[in-house]
Amino acid sequence: MPEKKVLIHADGVKKYFPSSEGFKTKYVKAVDNVSLDVYKGETLGLVGESGCGKSTFGRCLLRLFDITGGTIEFNGKDIYAMSPNDLIKERRNMQLIFQDPLASLNPRLRIRQIVEEPLHFHKEQLDFDINDKAKVREVVDKTLRDVGLDPDLCADRYPHEFSGGQQQRVGIARALILKPDFIVCDEAVSALDVSVQAQVLNLLEELKKEYDLTYLFISHNLSVIKHVCDRIAVMYLGQVVELADRDVLFSNPQHPYTKALISAIPIPDPEKKRNRILLEGDIPSPMNPPSGCRFHTRCYECGENCGCSEPSMIEVEPGHFVACHKFDK
Amino acid sequence: MSEKVLEVKNLETHFFSSRGVAKAVDRVSYSVSKGEILGVVGESGCGKSVTALSILQLIQSPPGKIVGGEILLDGRDLLKLSKKEMEAVRGNKISMIFQEPMTSLNPLLTVGDQIMEPIRLHRGLGKKEAKTEAIRMLEAVGIPNAEKRFHEYPNSMSGGMRQRVMIAMALSCRPEVLIADEPTTALDVTIQAQILDLMLKLRDETGTAIIMITHDLGVVAEMCDRAAVMYCGSVVEQGPVKEIFKNPVHPYTKGLIASIPKLSDEHEKLFNIRGAVPNLRNLPEGCRFADRCDYCMEKCRKAIPEITTVSEGHEVRCFLNGGE
Repeated sequence: MPEKKVLIHADGVKKYFPSSEGFKTKYVKAVDNVSLDVYKGETLGLVGESGCGKSTFGRCLLRLFDITGGTIEFNGKDIYAMSPNDLIKERRNMQLIFQDPLASLNPRLRIRQIVEEPLHFHKEQLDFDINDKAKVREVVDKTLRDVGLDPDLCADRYPHEFSGGQQQRVGIARALILKPDFIVCDEAVSALDVSVQAQVLNLLEELKKEYDLTYLFISHNLSVIKHVCDRIAVMYLGQVVELADRDVLFSNPQHPYTKALISAIPIPDPEKKRNRILLEGDIPSPMNPPSGCRFHTRCYECGENCGCSEPSMIEVEPGHFVACHKFDK
Repeated sequence: MSEKVLEVKNLETHFFSSRGVAKAVDRVSYSVSKGEILGVVGESGCGKSVTALSILQLIQSPPGKIVGGEILLDGRDLLKLSKKEMEAVRGNKISMIFQEPMTSLNPLLTVGDQIMEPIRLHRGLGKKEAKTEAIRMLEAVGIPNAEKRFHEYPNSMSGGMRQRVMIAMALSCRPEVLIADEPTTALDVTIQAQILDLMLKLRDETGTAIIMITHDLGVVAEMCDRAAVMYCGSVVEQGPVKEIFKNPVHPYTKGLIASIPKLSDEHEKLFNIRGAVPNLRNLPEGCRFADRCDYCMEKCRKAIPEITTVSEGHEVRCFLNGGE
């Protein structure tokens, strides 16, 4: 990338969900002290296992719920300090694509209505009049065509009449119609079959160039992440444990968890034999995370100090950050 | 390879509804030998699970019905057995692990009770002996504190733990064939690695034949000896795993392998198979893949190709490999 302009700057983001147990209120620390920058024009991957807080963090970036601590700046403006009116204006620049394509589309609306809805909601910021029916129709048709759907065949049908891949295309069209700067893809291809998944991944790639987008791509699938992302952040139990450029992360992973995660992916090549790092035990509950380094209970390189204090992010080489006591001086 | 334990021959399962007949399984043939792992791959709706359920005759009828074919276990046709005889096979000679460990365990019974059930029913052991056996099984699948876990309910266990319990239950009667229907799809990658490792270990110890149903070609490559690729209710290609990956013949198999994002490749465009899977109630007359196939010929639209042999043990259902 020639110039690196920060689009989103997240600093020390925390999101705790209260959970009452008898008379005591406990907190699920879904996201705990995450700091990240998202650069304009890049695809940042967020990878981790279920319950590690990757989706919660994605939603925090869009202010879909209020955070417990920290700040998030979008285009230099703190979105948590904004008035609701300003937030709505800013929202048109950030959109979300969901995992389950059918569940995220209103079954009672036709495709045209679904894709058109954001225009009505943000009508004051459009460069045309929302009452100009012909213009609205033209915009919707163009967006549908951009995501590979034929408006003449699709626009007047209902979501259930489509296959999963086509439904996901509708979801993408809905996110695109306002020409946002930033899209969070929350497990956008996880529910799709491999041949359809490939179609949608290629589509996202094309749209990124055409619409000049920045993606935060959330997935549990490292192979997919590797395919689409420029930089990758690995999360474990609410914290980022490693952050690096894609090629660096895969060729030279430093955190023991990243190494185990990469070695655990089944490779579709029967000729390839390799040493798999098998982690013992299950992922601890985020309600009661282990003290010190959260990974120390399953870590195969665990030292004496690991259970006592939390490791901080250390830059081991330019642009490559790791949170592990191995690198303490 | 040793003799075949289970052989499915030209199996046909149809679902009847007011909107027409869906040929969910159409002339499927595959077999598995002792100690062998057969991978059955395909996308959702291709009939891989229905074939497995048909083997155990767990298809709900109506609307489903097995309309033709043979299922041979040690040479005995399971479709000719009475209901009672079939009950003695199910869970005993052939057992099954399901995709969702959360919903396939009974939440009202302790884990121990559930594992003891098949042991007492099929092996006729008393309560005490069954308990010892159940605890031994729990230990064999790597559950720590097996004696304590024996008295716990499924809700206090994690997904990986529950899948281990399912495996313990399925293997408790030392079955000849284990059918695993997407056993790791609902699990995280690090837990998936644990479960796959466990299944390989148990196969080596017991010599159970495993039919592994999955949509993940990576799992097939790492686990299986042979693979069968299914599309729209029929097996389009089957053979030794190395052959299938190195020398795929059917355009669908080729497309499937090319469309997975690989860890090793560069930031380039993924291959994709155009179009979508046709509706099972309204299948094209000829080859079912014809509409999405880059090599489609005129005869492909007229007739369904027969199975032809590529090399020893490698079969394909495609005109590209000859046949009229």
